[in-house]
Amino acid sequence: MPRSAMVKISPKDYKKDDLIQISTVIMHPMDTGLVKDKETGKYIAANYINLVEVFYGDEKITTMELSGSVSANPFISFYIKATKSAPLKIVWKDNKGDVTEKVIDIKV
Amino acid sequence: MDRRSFLKTTALATAGLTFGSSILFHSNAAELVDSPPPKKPYDEALKEITKGKSVSDSDKVKLVAPEIAENGAVVPITVEVELPIEQVKAIHILADKNWNARTMSVYFTPANGKAYISTRIRLAETMNVVAIAELADGTFIKAQKPVKVTIGGCG
Repeated sequence: MPRSAMVKISPKDYKKDDLIQISTVIMHPMDTGLVKDKETGKYIAANYINLVEVFYGDEKITTMELSGSVSANPFISFYIKATKSAPLKIVWKDNKGDVTEKVIDIKV
Repeated sequence: MDRRSFLKTTALATAGLTFGSSILFHSNAAELVDSPPPKKPYDEALKEITKGKSVSDSDKVKLVAPEIAENGAVVPITVEVELPIEQVKAIHILADKNWNARTMSVYFTPANGKAYISTRIRLAETMNVVAIAELADGTFIKAQKPVKVTIGGCG
């Protein structure tokens, strides 16, 4: 089930070869697996995003490995160099196989 | 995407995790298991990253973290390595007393233009946050900062 996610570029009026900041948020509980269920005393299974990949055009430009130590609804911000007009695709995957994708267009 | 809708979602996200992550997300029958995931202490995480190589302190690694975090569930962390992007392979963020000390690893390419990562992490108690930069020549440099936590964030 894809989750809701947001991607923002800053600044908006970038030119070719500018460094632009990409800020992302995805709604995900990021269960660590350490929290006990109050009724049963069992642990709520770990369920967190463990991989974020960034594709710019055909090229994979950034790979991020996450653990349950990242806050719920992970916010991640990074830079790219706007060298070409191409789609920027961000893919979030969690440890249960859930995949969410978001594409924005970079136009220079 | 405009600024307004982005802010809205960000605000919603913050509100969600502050007030009701359990209500919002666990209500649809979370899976229950008998044991927690395996522990990964700091030494083990460090070894996994460096393969036993030494890590030297460097002022090239800029680690921004709050001195005091009132809520350990959401601690903003920013790491920037002040070296050309071609020289930086990865940034690893570690929290030395968390159940899993290895919090996040970011692998860059020159297309990033800048070795920079900003995120929010959980801290179970007062501890050191360590940012390790893996350089293209195979060496490791780091910066670390103690963060005081008033309310722990790992459940």
